[in-house]
Amino acid sequence: MGVMFWGGFNTALEFTNTEEFCTGCHEMRENVYAELQDTIHFTNRSGVRAKCSDCHVPHDWTDKIARKMQASKEVWGKVFGTIDTREKFEAKRRELAEREWSRLKANDSLECRNCHNYDFMDFTRQSKRASDQHSTALAKGEKTCIDCHKGIAHQLPDMTGVEGW
Amino acid sequence: MKSFIISTLVMAFTVFSAFAQDDIATLRGEAGLNQEGAPPAMSKVLNKDIKRKRNYPMQPPTIPHKIDNYQVDLNTNKCLSCHSRKRTEESQAPMISVTHYMDRDGNFLADVSPRRYFCGQCHVIQTDANPLVGNEFIDIDDLLKVEQAQ
Ligand code: HEC
Ligand code: HEC
Ligand code: HEC
Ligand code: HEC
Repeated sequence: MGVMFWGGFNTALEFTNTEEFCTGCHEMRENVYAELQDTIHFTNRSGVRAKCSDCHVPHDWTDKIARKMQASKEVWGKVFGTIDTREKFEAKRRELAEREWSRLKANDSLECRNCHNYDFMDFTRQSKRASDQHSTALAKGEKTCIDCHKGIAHQLPDMTGVEGW
Repeated sequence: MKSFIISTLVMAFTVFSAFAQDDIATLRGEAGLNQEGAPPAMSKVLNKDIKRKRNYPMQPPTIPHKIDNYQVDLNTNKCLSCHSRKRTEESQAPMISVTHYMDRDGNFLADVSPRRYFCGQCHVIQTDANPLVGNEFIDIDDLLKVEQAQ
C-alpha cells in the first residue's frame, strides 16, 4: 500500500483533493489512473486537466484515513483486499462503475457540467454526430452526459445489459 | 585476376556505401544509426461525418469520424453502441450490413458474428496526411470506359 507518505501533511483534507493522494494506492494508480493517461482529460490541446476529484467525490472513508491513520485500521481492513489485484479489480469493476453512473445520473452529471456548460456549447463548432445528439436528447433533458459518455476517463467493464450498449 | 576482382569489389563497395550515406532516402531520414530522428507531425483525423465513395463494391467503407479511445475488446464494443441493429434508431448511424451477422457458411446468427466483431480489422479512419507514394488505382467504371472507347 503506497499511502505512507502523508504523516507530515497538516492540510490533509486539501491534500485528499489532489491527484497524488488518489493515486497513492496501487489500486487506483495501476488501474484507473493508468487508463486515464491515454484520454483527453489527462492531456489535450487546451492544457486543462481533469483531476480525479473534479469528476469524483472522495470515498466516505477518505476523511478518516486522512485525519488519522491509526484510527482507520478497521477501515483499511474493510476496504483493502476488495480490489488489490488486477483480477479482483476487473471482477468488481462493473459494480464500482455502476455506483459512479448512478451518482452522475442522479445529479444530472453535475461534475461534468462544472467544466462543460451546455449553454456555452457552440454546436456549429462540434462534429455533426455531437451536435445532432446534443441539440436533441441533451437539449430536451431526456439524457444527461453520462448516459452517452460512459468510459471517457477509464476502460469500461463488461457492458452486457447496460442501457445504450 | 583474382586481386583485380577483389579490388573492383572493394571499389564498388566503397562507392556504394558512400552513396548510401548521402543520397538514398530512407525512412529514418538524416538521423544517424544511433540517434532518434524527429518524427513527422501527426496528421489530423478527418471528422466530417460525410460518407465517402467506395472504390469498388466490396470495399469496407472508411470511417468518417474520430474513434479516439473507442473501446473494442472482450468487455464491450463502442462502435456497436451506435451501429448495432438495436441502437441505430437512437443513434441514426448506419447499421452494420447483414454480412456481419453471417457465419462463414452463410447462416444468419442472432447477433454479430465473432469474425466481424473487431471493426478495425476492415474499417479505418482517414487523415489529412499527404500520401507518401502515388496510387495508380483505376476505378472499374473508368477502366470499362477506356475499353469501350477502343
Ligand atoms: C487507500 C487507497 C485508496 C486511495 C488513496 C483512494 N482510493 Fe479509490 N478505491 C480504493 C479501493 C480499495 C476501492 C474499492 C472499494 C470497494 O471495494 O468498494 C476504491 C474505489 C473507488 C471508486 C469506485 C466507486 C465507489 O464508490 O466505490 C472511485 C470512484 C474511487 N475509488 C475514486 C477515488 C478518488 C477520487 C480518490 C482520491 C480522492 C481515491 N479513490 C483514493 C482505494 C483507494
Ligand atoms: C476539469 C474540467 C472537466 C471535467 C470535470 C470534465 N471535463 Fe470533459 N473535457 C475537459 C477538457 C479540458 C476537454 C478537452 C478540450 C479540448 O482540448 O478539446 C474535455 C473533453 C471532453 C470530451 C471530448 C472528447 C473528444 O474526444 O473530443 C467529452 C466527450 C467530455 N469531455 C465529456 C466529459 C464528461 C462526460 C464529464 C463528466 C464525467 C467530463 N467531461 C468532465 C474538461 C473537463
Ligand atoms: C444523447 C447522447 C449525448 C448526450 C446526452 C451528451 N452527448 Fe456529448 N456527444 C455525443 C456524441 C454522439 C458525440 C460525438 C461522438 C464522440 O465524441 O464519441 C459527443 C461529443 C461530445 C464532445 C466532443 C465535441 C465534438 O465536436 O466532438 C463533448 C465535449 C461532449 N460530447 C460533451 C458532452 C457533455 C458535457 C454532455 C452533458 C452536458 C454531453 N456531451 C451529453 C452524445 C451525447
Ligand atoms: C473526466 C472525468 C473523470 C476523471 C478525471 C476521473 N474519473 Fe474515475 N470515473 C469517471 C466515470 C464517468 C466513471 C464511471 C465508469 C466509466 O464510465 O468509465 C469512473 C469510474 C471510476 C472508478 C470505478 C471503476 C471503473 O473503472 O469504473 C474508479 C475507481 C475511478 N473512476 C477512480 C478515478 C481516479 C483515481 C481518478 C484520478 C486518477 C479518476 N477516476 C479520474 C470519470 C472520471
